Amino acid sequence: MGWRPAATLGSLRERARVLSRIRAFFEARGVWEVETPILSVAGTTDAHIDSFTTRYQGPGAAGGLPLYLHTSPEFPMKRLLAAGSGPIFQMAKVFRQGEMGRLHNPEFTLLEWYRPGFGIAELMDEVEALVRSFLNYAPARRVSYAQAFEEVLGLDPHRADAAQLGACAKACGLGPVPDLGGDRDAWLNLLFSHRVESTLEGLTFVHDYPASQAALARVREGDPPVAERFELYVEGVELANGFHELSDAGEQRFRFATEREQRRAGGQEDVAADERLLQALENGLPDCSGVALGVDRLVMRTLRLDSVADVIGFPIDRA
Amino acid sequence: MATYSTNEFKRGLKVMLDGDPASIVENEFVKPGKGQAFSRVKLRNLKTGRVIERTFKSGESIEAADVLDTEMQYLYNDGEHWHFMNTETFEQVGADETAVGDAKQWLKEQDVCTVTLWNGVPISVLPPNHVTLKVVETDPGIRGDTATGGTKPARLESGAVVQVPLFIDIGDVLKVDTRTGQYISRAKE
Repeated sequence: MGWRPAATLGSLRERARVLSRIRAFFEARGVWEVETPILSVAGTTDAHIDSFTTRYQGPGAAGGLPLYLHTSPEFPMKRLLAAGSGPIFQMAKVFRQGEMGRLHNPEFTLLEWYRPGFGIAELMDEVEALVRSFLNYAPARRVSYAQAFEEVLGLDPHRADAAQLGACAKACGLGPVPDLGGDRDAWLNLLFSHRVESTLEGLTFVHDYPASQAALARVREGDPPVAERFELYVEGVELANGFHELSDAGEQRFRFATEREQRRAGGQEDVAADERLLQALENGLPDCSGVALGVDRLVMRTLRLDSVADVIGFPIDRA
Repeated sequence: MATYSTNEFKRGLKVMLDGDPASIVENEFVKPGKGQAFSRVKLRNLKTGRVIERTFKSGESIEAADVLDTEMQYLYNDGEHWHFMNTETFEQVGADETAVGDAKQWLKEQDVCTVTLWNGVPISVLPPNHVTLKVVETDPGIRGDTATGGTKPARLESGAVVQVPLFIDIGDVLKVDTRTGQYISRAKE
């Protein structure tokens, strides 16, 4: 029946317990809970994330103010950090256009937290402590992106060119794959999500991503340079994504411009860069690491269920 | 030419794949938090029955297949084609051996089958789940043996051979499940 929740009431009660234990975990560690706007004049320029848009009309905006629903609370949380907040966390509903499936719902609950003074190794420790307080797993394996990739596919993801990656994708038993042309990162994404992820057992942190997939992470110089970024996988399902946060305003400005160019080339709608974030970075973001974790998936794994719809009362098809 | 984008993919959708009609069996949305979205799809080739896996870029489109499952009455076999009729429009089609496949051993005149038409041409035939068919060949029945649980082969009028209880005789009419090929019961004439 259409009015009933998709998840059982038992699962929803368990979900409530997970949420309150997450809050207790951070309270015990002196990380305080913040709230930032769901509606924002700035969206994300990330070419692979599309925002919902809406409009405020009323006092203060007679002509109407176009607004984005946030896809993550990252930018305003960094503004709090730049203002001197110290360690903070947030659990927020976030919204992403075009994402729906067994592991996706267009609105979902993200737990995001920031730790001034932490590098990614210390933050991975904390993520592991939180996750293992819910999931009964052996200590997490930590493996670099290059090692995980090479173990399965026998190619160096930092040095293989698009043609080599494409040839590998065509030969690795996936059947015919779309032609992704000269887009190295698209090939890497295809190979990693289709071939490598499913081999990641138990809890696995993958770290040191290709510099071209740094997103908002710092790049550590070296040969090759790598992004100080990590992902946590649970039985091959992506659960969290963390960065040693980029704090260089100039570099951030450059990445926004690059992403906007990517959107333009792909025929996607343009999104303006978040000038308030850039101002905050210019003012100075403390050296920090931050991570976003999918709460629906954490609850799903905690209850040993298969689909996020099993732990969300009203997913989009019942919303 | 009609097309479907990956956003329209769902179980049962009929699409063209490598020149053959196919039906989507499973569709998984694959999207890393940072990175490309893909649709990982399992499809059944409707001509060969083989299941294939395919990956599409999110937003990609593929051609729709004009495939229709139609209830049709089996009429007769002319030695080369099996002829079926739509009982509403009286339209008739002839299905060749490849299309009829394993169904042919269950076909009895006037039974209603599901015929899958691609551009109006039959590509597969599904017999009714239960059919009633006469035994044309079997060892003589052991009268009264309804309890020992032994079985023997019996050839039915449509050509199928099924395992039946020992008391069954030539001329008996049986109810059979075509999905498992199993004897269900003796049918009343």
